[in-house]
Amino acid sequence: MKLTLKIWRQKGADTKGSLQTYPIDGIDGDMSFLEMLDVLNEELIEKGDEPVVFDHDCREGICGSCSLQINGKPHGPQRHTTTCQLHMRSFNDGDTVVIEPFRATAFPVIKDLVVDRSGFDRIQQAGGYVSVNTSGNTIDANATPVEKDNADEAFNSATCIGCGACVAACVNASAMLFTSAKVSQFALLPQGEVEATRRVLNMVEQMDKEGFGACSNTGACFIECPKDISLENIARINREYLKASAEG
Amino acid sequence: MGILSASIAKKVAMALSGLFLVFFLAQHFTINFSSVFSEETFNSWSHFMGTNPLVQFILQPILIFGVVFHFVMGIVLELKNNKARKISYKSYKGNTNSTWASRNMIISGAVILAFLGLHFYDFWVPEIVHKYVESNPADATRYYGELVHKFESPVRTGIYVIAFVLLMFHLWHGFASSFQTMGWNNKFSKAVKGFTKLYAIVIPLGFIIIALYHHFNQISH
Repeated sequence: MKLTLKIWRQKGADTKGSLQTYPIDGIDGDMSFLEMLDVLNEELIEKGDEPVVFDHDCREGICGSCSLQINGKPHGPQRHTTTCQLHMRSFNDGDTVVIEPFRATAFPVIKDLVVDRSGFDRIQQAGGYVSVNTSGNTIDANATPVEKDNADEAFNSATCIGCGACVAACVNASAMLFTSAKVSQFALLPQGEVEATRRVLNMVEQMDKEGFGACSNTGACFIECPKDISLENIARINREYLKASAEG
Repeated sequence: MGILSASIAKKVAMALSGLFLVFFLAQHFTINFSSVFSEETFNSWSHFMGTNPLVQFILQPILIFGVVFHFVMGIVLELKNNKARKISYKSYKGNTNSTWASRNMIISGAVILAFLGLHFYDFWVPEIVHKYVESNPADATRYYGELVHKFESPVRTGIYVIAFVLLMFHLWHGFASSFQTMGWNNKFSKAVKGFTKLYAIVIPLGFIIIALYHHFNQISH
């Protein structure tokens, strides 16, 4: 397969970037998108050019490291798929593929296609946990009965890998789907009830501080989410927030 | 902004003011639509709304506050959202994951606001001058004639129709979205969404019919 890649190249956080064109040949349909970039980088290194910098880790869709806006869509054209799981058979011979970093003021570009997503970590640190004293007599979480439907929904929310596709897809670069999933995974469990009020208030405050936009309910985040995190999470965080605000 | 400092609080305020305006729109539509069927009914309802002190001095100021609040909050949110992505994508396929209406509420809202300027100039300002500046005696039969007169101009009628089409887009997304913003997503949501979509089409379409009816009715006479 022969492709024309238009890749965002940017030397550093403070320099200006631009799209650079790279023709590439010999791409197999069974290669993953990241393997295709590996092939390109080998060619660039052999020529003495600087390789394209991009994020990756597990390459099996569970770590949330890979990102990339591919042809105008986060993680590319296929639904419920991370970039590392996207195969080149999704493209046709002769295609032009535009590859950009996830764009948001809260996700500044570090280099080329790598963005700083530590804003998500700070939102999580603001309340996305259950405090447990590890005193030696900690009660096992499984000892607390949880209603089956709630347990399933909490699990679904917890499958968010924090990749940032929701922010990348949103016209407002809003982090509401991510934050709402991280609030929901505890809001639905009895273990999460104790800190529910301060959790949602602190996480929303941090989300706003990071500079993410407000949610317009366009639903783009849900469509582009590789883990199919539902919009019901956003309704839930809104409910939790209103309840917490009333409780002070 | 105190209570409205958080983005969720701003959105809830936006949703509540929007729902209030949706409710007002239904009432406005009901009165206006009567003009298609009966001059007397339209005159009598308009006279009631134009002279009732509760409507004039309590509901009307609340309505104006609601409109201004919805507009100002919309601008505040738009500015925040624009700041959230200062560098835009070279390639962005928004149409594949969301509707035009949902992504461009500020555009449909701005058109509706511009229309409201014209609408106030056409009806509200002359009405206030007539009643409270010139202090004309009450005339329960003048309303129908004033309404019909405004739709003589094809340009004005056209502008009204365009504004109502944009109102359709605005309601199509905004009405249903307001329930989600208030945290209301449950087994009834599908039915409520269906109702909001129907409302978004029927009400603006009804306003278009009223404008076109009075315009073409005058041409044929």
